[in-house]
Amino acid sequence: MEKPIIQVDHISKQYRLGKQASYLSLRDVLGKMLNPKHLFHSKTEVRQFFALQDVNFSVTRGEIIGLIGRNGAGKSTLLKILSQITPPTTGRITLHGRVASLLEVGTGFHPELTGRENIFLNGAILGMTKREIQKKFTEIVAFAEIEQFLDTPVKHYSSGMYVRLAFAVAAHLEPEILLVDEVLAVGDTQFQKKCLGKMSEVTHNKGRTIIFVSHNLSAIQKLCQRAILLKDGYVIKDAPVEETIHEYLKDNSVVSAEIKLDQRKDRQGNGKIKITQIRFENFSSEAISILRTGQDVRIIFNYETDATFSTVHDVIVSFPIMNQFGETFLNMINLATGNVFKTIPSKGQFILEWHNLPLMPGTYYFNTFVSASNVITDWIIDAGCFEVEYGDFFGSGQLPPEGQGNVLLKHDWLVRDL
Amino acid sequence: MKTVITPQQHWYTFNYKELNNYRDLFYFLAWRDIKVRYKQTAVGVLWAFFVPFISMVVFTIFFGNLVTLNTAGIPYPIFVFVGLLFWTFFSQAVTNASNSLVSSQDIIKKIYFPKVLLPAASILVTVFDFFIAALILIGMLLYYHITPNLLALVIVPLLMVITYITAFSLGLFLAALNVKYRDVRYVIPFFVQILLFFTPVIYPTTTISSSYQWILQLNPMSTVIETARTVLLSHSNTIAWQQLFFALLMSIIVTLISWLYFKKTERYFADII
Repeated sequence: MEKPIIQVDHISKQYRLGKQASYLSLRDVLGKMLNPKHLFHSKTEVRQFFALQDVNFSVTRGEIIGLIGRNGAGKSTLLKILSQITPPTTGRITLHGRVASLLEVGTGFHPELTGRENIFLNGAILGMTKREIQKKFTEIVAFAEIEQFLDTPVKHYSSGMYVRLAFAVAAHLEPEILLVDEVLAVGDTQFQKKCLGKMSEVTHNKGRTIIFVSHNLSAIQKLCQRAILLKDGYVIKDAPVEETIHEYLKDNSVVSAEIKLDQRKDRQGNGKIKITQIRFENFSSEAISILRTGQDVRIIFNYETDATFSTVHDVIVSFPIMNQFGETFLNMINLATGNVFKTIPSKGQFILEWHNLPLMPGTYYFNTFVSASNVITDWIIDAGCFEVEYGDFFGSGQLPPEGQGNVLLKHDWLVRDL
Repeated sequence: MKTVITPQQHWYTFNYKELNNYRDLFYFLAWRDIKVRYKQTAVGVLWAFFVPFISMVVFTIFFGNLVTLNTAGIPYPIFVFVGLLFWTFFSQAVTNASNSLVSSQDIIKKIYFPKVLLPAASILVTVFDFFIAALILIGMLLYYHITPNLLALVIVPLLMVITYITAFSLGLFLAALNVKYRDVRYVIPFFVQILLFFTPVIYPTTTISSSYQWILQLNPMSTVIETARTVLLSHSNTIAWQQLFFALLMSIIVTLISWLYFKKTERYFADII
């Protein structure tokens, strides 16, 4: 058998919790040193948690491996260890080949510099030499479709152009091992396809090895032959891609009428307003664990605020919904309905009333997002999921065939003679 | 190419091959800083002129006129300017290098590269500033009819190298410290300000009593500035080679100590930054 290009043995990664929230300050440390009481027993409560536990796998040359799992499962940590950004706590990894990592699009882009200058800077940051960049330069520019704006500072670029340029540089990396994190989530679909195409072309033709993290299961399915499922830092499944995706979906569809979120650690935002629980009920206030197409549904988000809640205003709440492939196809946001909350009670509920649920039967995943004064206070990706079963949306006893879209709209069909 | 990733890495590892692979990145990082600084050309260049120039005017008003310092016949404005030229280079370099890691945290968190490139590259932009400010010095030499010693052509580049290494050694240490303790950045300007008074920038070494001279000798920047004055402003041919050698040695020793601390903390930057 061929020697593996990546060999991962017993990798664990431990992080400290609690202390991490705020930065250490020299003042505190010096203060403690001067205070004799703290000198000998300065043990502060530091909680530790394992982002990865005893991870083992190996990859042979030319494989494309998908890495899936919920947020906080350890996917990004694993990529960071493989790319040497952070060291493991235990274990050993052997890599045979040049590694490049693409954990973010446009790392190191400088807004004041032009597109041309950023191609060189970003290329160098990603590990290319000047000569390599010069060789690929025209190709990169053509791929990004930004010829006319090459000498414009990127701060004047539209976000689409920015992402295209950043991708173009990354797509032309030629390492033996490429590590890619959730970067395809940005950019328009057309361009995403182009990038996916480029990535698979490169692996097939040149025998490149790729480890690819994404929530977009359809992309994983298209690109990879094999996938690894992580859960709470452990490898749960390492198998052909269909099997792993099946396992992931099975594990994720545990539904209930109430979803507790107060213990979730993988949230982003300043925490001034936090969603603690989500409850699904009908308009008679009865809890429902499975929704029905066409049903009137009330979704209740319990929230808590911290001590600074009186300063909080212009609260935006958003409830984006994804299909089983991780593609957001619907977002319910009070900014769009004109219901931005000027002020809110210190503890309460945001209530989303949804008439005539227009979703096809299936499993849906959602994020929760709250911001105040345009600053994110709470953002949970993959907050939970819900199940929708058959219901009579049109009052006709019929629904469109499954697999032909997620959303239903009230409409009528007519026929007339000419 | 084979890479092995393990929890431990020896602090004394010096991976020359890897640094060599990333030398283009070093070049592009420095080039980015210079480009961004001089993008709004007028303002960038003006800053490089203004800082040493205004300082010279202020110090001349106070020490040239109000208090009399014995500058061995050298007009005070040009005396202090030579000091300020190297001092501005040094202090800007220390400040830039100290902040270089924290200000590039988005890159550190997402990409692996030898982090030492950041402080090293951030100093290059101050070399540029140095050359621009040196134009003022040329103007002043002409104005005061002072002809520098020919040795300056050799000595000044050597002094710049010593300044670079000294600034790098302090900057490297402070940059790593700044990652761990975020209030370090508030202490740095204060620290640099105090160093100014321990260096003969605005006064000649002769004002310090001989029993304390050894303190100045420990400071490589004292030697740099003293030597710069000798070679640029006086007609003396006696360069204190021994002192220069000692200054260079001193700066290299401090660099090694900083390097040890930097290496010890480097791998965890992404976790704590």
